[in-house]
Amino acid sequence: MTTTPTNLPNSRFNLQAAIQNFGPAIILVVLLGIASSMSDVFLTERNLMNVLRQVSGTGLMAVGMLFVILTRGIDLSVGSVSAFGSVLSALWVQQMMPGLAVPLTMLVGAAVGLCSGILIAYLKLPSFVTTLAAMTIARGAALIASNGQPIRMGKAGDAITYFGAGSFAGVPYPVWLMGTVFVLAGVVLTFTRFGRMVKAIGSNAEAVRLSGISVARYEVAVYAISGALAALAGVISSSRTGIGSATIGVGAELDAIAAVVIGGASLLGGRGGATNTFIGVFILGVIANLMNLANVPGYHQQVFMGVIIVGAMLLQYGTAALRR
Amino acid sequence: MTEIVKLTGIRKSFGGVHALRGVDFDLRPGEVHALLGENGAGKSTLMRVLGGEYRPTEGEIVLDGTLTELSGPHDAKNRGITVIHQEMALAGDLTVAENIFLGELPGLIGWRGLYARAAELIAELGFAIRPDALVGSLSVAHQQVVEIAKALSQNARVMVFDEPTAVLSVQDAERLLSIIDALRQKGVAIIYISHRLDEVLRIADRMTILKDGQSVATVAREGVTIDDLIRLMVGRPLSALFGEDVPRTPGDEVLRVEGLGRGQAVRDASLSVRAGEIVGLGGLVGAGRTELVRLIFGADRADTGTVTLKGKRLKLRSPVDGVRAGIGLAPESRKDQGLILDKSIAINTTMARLKPLLAPLGFIRRKAEHAVVNELGGRLRLKSAGPDAPVSSLSGGNQQKVVLAKWFHVDVDLMIFDEPTRGVDVGAKSEIYALIKQFAARGRAVLVVSSEHHELFGLCDRVLVMREGAITGELSPDAYSEENLLKLAMPGVGQAA
Repeated sequence: MTTTPTNLPNSRFNLQAAIQNFGPAIILVVLLGIASSMSDVFLTERNLMNVLRQVSGTGLMAVGMLFVILTRGIDLSVGSVSAFGSVLSALWVQQMMPGLAVPLTMLVGAAVGLCSGILIAYLKLPSFVTTLAAMTIARGAALIASNGQPIRMGKAGDAITYFGAGSFAGVPYPVWLMGTVFVLAGVVLTFTRFGRMVKAIGSNAEAVRLSGISVARYEVAVYAISGALAALAGVISSSRTGIGSATIGVGAELDAIAAVVIGGASLLGGRGGATNTFIGVFILGVIANLMNLANVPGYHQQVFMGVIIVGAMLLQYGTAALRR
Repeated sequence: MTEIVKLTGIRKSFGGVHALRGVDFDLRPGEVHALLGENGAGKSTLMRVLGGEYRPTEGEIVLDGTLTELSGPHDAKNRGITVIHQEMALAGDLTVAENIFLGELPGLIGWRGLYARAAELIAELGFAIRPDALVGSLSVAHQQVVEIAKALSQNARVMVFDEPTAVLSVQDAERLLSIIDALRQKGVAIIYISHRLDEVLRIADRMTILKDGQSVATVAREGVTIDDLIRLMVGRPLSALFGEDVPRTPGDEVLRVEGLGRGQAVRDASLSVRAGEIVGLGGLVGAGRTELVRLIFGADRADTGTVTLKGKRLKLRSPVDGVRAGIGLAPESRKDQGLILDKSIAINTTMARLKPLLAPLGFIRRKAEHAVVNELGGRLRLKSAGPDAPVSSLSGGNQQKVVLAKWFHVDVDLMIFDEPTRGVDVGAKSEIYALIKQFAARGRAVLVVSSEHHELFGLCDRVLVMREGAITGELSPDAYSEENLLKLAMPGVGQAA
């Protein structure tokens, strides 16, 4: 390799990349240190499992969001779709086996994503506005389907509520589910054509298109995945409460986006991974949990959460800006 | 006359890397001083030192006879040193006048006066551009004029032009050269960086050649030839640039295009390319060459006409169809269209044909992929840190080789090159020419779009010329000359065959 000055920005870039790779983990470790010094309860297995169970829905949405963001898009509909999923699963579980109701619910979520995806990929509508529309449509559909009333699953939903309450090897089922989805996502993103193309499209869609690859198909696919996972997050919610509700998941899309971005993914697409997104989800959960343990009032929590997200982002991006 | 700029013994190291290892350079008022050298020779680093972006590790900067330390780009600008970048540093959504006076806009803008002053500055350069036009709506050439006007408004005494004509058509390049001449008359000192040596020989009073971070010679224009310059830059004469001709016998027709058209951009274009043949597409920028090859590849959809490849009529709805049929395109803009810069060499190389490297469920067989990439890298003499190195870490020439590797891997029947050596240094150019010839020698059809005439003449078996969207004629090797090509390319000249 010749040593030309053009290589230099690159060696600096690598250092930056290292910060971006390990930044989320460092933030998490620091946060865990602070948390354990502030509260004796925090580091107990019970509490940690509680944190994980609370974020399992957000986690699923974050995985879908990660795929979308990697293609340089955004999906604002996930919160509403999760509500729609919660309502549908509660309704359907009374008419059919849960083994059928849950996949069907996910299919509806995927269909919502598919519609957004087709508008975005083939008709070139901006993802922000398209999924904003999908957000109100899905919310409205959830309210219509439920008549605006919470839907008790009752006896028919026993299998689902068992899933929400139970655990295996000390780890709650929803956490197992989230973990599995994260591992699958990680494998897909790292080792398969699909994952590689999704990231390539986010970096430079035109170059991918001019290599004879159908960019639109991948784009549609990521929105469908995001929709399906959001609906599944809705099922998790009803599994924990036994109720299908059209009012859950308000603002959940922002949590999912925050988790992905804290996890070092670039909103400009092409960069991000499953492990760091998981860490991002966990960081959000720990912060919320910590504030509960410290008895921070609810309204204040929102303000703190925002400030902490900005702090995490500064670590991610500010370091790059300061290095100039 | 005293030098306006005098650089002595400039050294610049980044960590252990020595980008500049002793450069002497001086510039007199009212002269055009060309800076030549291959990519990586240190031209840009030197200009960044002069522009105040880098502080030299060693050496002296003397401005107007006074030893000076530049504290930053702003300092350099205040002392009258302006770099006109290749990539425009203008705000596309603002008007021409706003851009020119951007740094000094008053809080309350008097539009009439502003427009008048802008128009005046532009007129001085011999152009008429509406001062209230949005810069984004202007041609690249006119944007350059705006940038020069901006520099003039800031009383620039030293202007650095970094490859200004690389993005211009022949006509616009001519006009730019006349502007530079006018600036020289006004006493502005100009540093001119270009890979186009014919141009350099026309405009420059003196030339300094950089090689491996050192200034190897400064020569006056009188009596210097292109061959001399190339020998100083790379140690090889021009005739060696295109290499030994591999014997090629054109075979069956591979590509047949009939009556292809799209709007006003491409009108009723017909052509054919045979196996083993290299056909050039010449013309001015904007003549529709890029648009035509994009239609053939399927990147845009044609309104009329047909494309036939190896006797099969193609239905081209997207590049998916073009690639499936066996067509490859190395697009005009490597960075925006040809490569995913932040991704690895391997990803870029195998992207267009990943299928043979897949295991069930879409898993990529990494080992097999690396083997393919290494094999291609060896064949193309790619200089890199390995298949996983990001493409952004490569030089322009090596980046273009990755684009080539991609289509070698697909093994296309027809390869289209759009400006294959833009922004590539002389050494790498010659390697790319050799690869294109090799490709043709293996019985593939090749179509080359280029704005550099000697490139078309040196590379192609025949050259088609386009003007205003239509193919206006064909040149065979015995008719190769700049004059003949321009006759066909220039609007208003008779439609000679």
